[in-house]
Amino acid sequence: MGKITLKHVNKSFGDVAVIPDINLSIEDGEFVVFVGPSGCGKSTLLRLIAGLEDVTSGQIDIDGTDATYLPPAKRGLAMVFQSYALYPHMTVRKNIAFPLKMAGLPEDEQEKKVQNAARILNLTNYLDRRPGQLSGGQRQRVAIGRAIVREPAAFLFDEPLSNLDAALRVTMRQEITELHQSLKTTMIYVTHDQVEAMTMADKIVVLNAGNIEQVGSPLELYHRPANLFVAGFIGSPKMNLIAGAAAQAQGATTIGVRPEHLDITDSGPWRGVVGLTEHLGSDTFLKVTLDSGEALTVRAGGEVALRHGDRIALAPQAGKIHRFDADGKAMA
Amino acid sequence: MSTHSSRLAARIMVAPSVVLLFIWMAVPLAMTLYYSFRLYRLLSPDRTGWVGFNNYLWFFNSPEFWLALWNTLALVGGVLVVTVVLGILIALLIDQPVKGQGLLRILVIAPFFVMPPVAASIWENLFMHPQNGLFAALARGFGAQPILFLENHPMLSVIGIVSWEWLPFATLILLTSLQSLSSEQLEAAEMDGASAFNRLRHIILPHMTRAITVVILIQTIFLLGIFGEIFTTTQGGPGSASTTLPYMIFKQAIAAKDIGRAAAGGIIAVILANIVAYFLMRGIGRHLDA
Repeated sequence: MGKITLKHVNKSFGDVAVIPDINLSIEDGEFVVFVGPSGCGKSTLLRLIAGLEDVTSGQIDIDGTDATYLPPAKRGLAMVFQSYALYPHMTVRKNIAFPLKMAGLPEDEQEKKVQNAARILNLTNYLDRRPGQLSGGQRQRVAIGRAIVREPAAFLFDEPLSNLDAALRVTMRQEITELHQSLKTTMIYVTHDQVEAMTMADKIVVLNAGNIEQVGSPLELYHRPANLFVAGFIGSPKMNLIAGAAAQAQGATTIGVRPEHLDITDSGPWRGVVGLTEHLGSDTFLKVTLDSGEALTVRAGGEVALRHGDRIALAPQAGKIHRFDADGKAMA
Repeated sequence: MSTHSSRLAARIMVAPSVVLLFIWMAVPLAMTLYYSFRLYRLLSPDRTGWVGFNNYLWFFNSPEFWLALWNTLALVGGVLVVTVVLGILIALLIDQPVKGQGLLRILVIAPFFVMPPVAASIWENLFMHPQNGLFAALARGFGAQPILFLENHPMLSVIGIVSWEWLPFATLILLTSLQSLSSEQLEAAEMDGASAFNRLRHIILPHMTRAITVVILIQTIFLLGIFGEIFTTTQGGPGSASTTLPYMIFKQAIAAKDIGRAAAGGIIAVILANIVAYFLMRGIGRHLDA
């Protein structure tokens, strides 16, 4: 069981409120991703849940009981650190067994659980090696193994993939998602990478300067961003945000159109010059500078034959325009 | 440094310093070895000649020698235990974030800058003195008789003084090792349910083994030759209760003016140092590998 509730949680270091006031509910079995730019307080929030930092005020409930002042070990949570934090002088077996040993489990039971975790994570052949003899991905799996054997109420991941190369990151991303499917345990995952957030999460929590900007499923955030920050943060390439006359024509201060929702047609209302073109094979991303000065990104088909300096006209697809008011809030 | 000629050039260029260092080491050793088999007393310089192993046998037949051997090992072992154990504890303590941390660390390191005879004099006269010493005043304050440190516990007193001098060194090395431990490892252990004691035992101490090894090896080299502290305080006494091997050699060379015996003692000391080094490297040397 792993239902975690944060009530009016505040964390300040001296006079600086890193997290002013957060209310959040994480349901049992959910895969929740905290995402936001660096310094937005997402790691601090995770450490507050883990118990590695004390809250300044507010309450953290785990499975309905107040865990605000429980020490980390008593919260029944397991954490995977960015640096993996493996114990370098212990073998993989001893690393994974360490929490069990600390809990005073008998040796044969420790071994059984270690073997089971090693089987799930494909580490059986590496049990007698030391962390220094493993590759980055294997170390990552050992760190996850150490978390699994405790059978925690929830797993906490602190940017676990940021030390891996791009290809391995994609593989580990899938492995962690599959692990969540099979264990069905609550997982809280911190990342600054919105692609990881979109691909892995059941629920994304977008944080900015210690505040929650929006909570929702990946597609909800994609289709209905609550404000300018979420609109600009979720989606790759970023949503085009246009202020000025074009926005006022829609009755808004700012309008947003995603690159894939712009059509190249001769009758389009927005005219401009093609700048940089990025050919990805399946798609082509065009940077277009409008006559009114705005720079837009447009997603076109892979075979598009436009070149630098060509004049084109763009039309936003009907109903795909996001409108924001003067405070940056989305308008209905 | 890969072509044949550049390797040769390198060898030729380091050759002078290698030869010089070799002479520097070999000549005194050879001379000591030579004198250790000679009759050579400064008080009767006309009587000379080869005496075989007589100089060595004199040591082995002297009860003072076996006491000195034991005292030497007790001094090395005692100081190592005190400095490593206290060094770890103090390092853990001053690693905590406190106000005035920089000043605190300088204070902890300060004793290392005090010269051995000065340190020994301070301890002898200001702390251990039966009339004027701080310990005597404390003892009287509790209504007890002052302890005659240098008279009744000479070896323990010397171990105490030398430990005080070497504690900063151990603390400093162990503190730097402690600071290189990643905080995430400690946090992971905390999440894994390890108590403060278990974190010390399973995470911190294993991390520090290499630093502890370095402290033990370096200190052993210096502690085997401790002389000034004994000369300043107990003069090897009472009787020969606090005579160590270096002090016994000194007595033969300077007091008895018997160069032959002193040389034999020097060779015995070299052999002892090698035996100690052998067992140390066998016991803890493997921790030096990465």
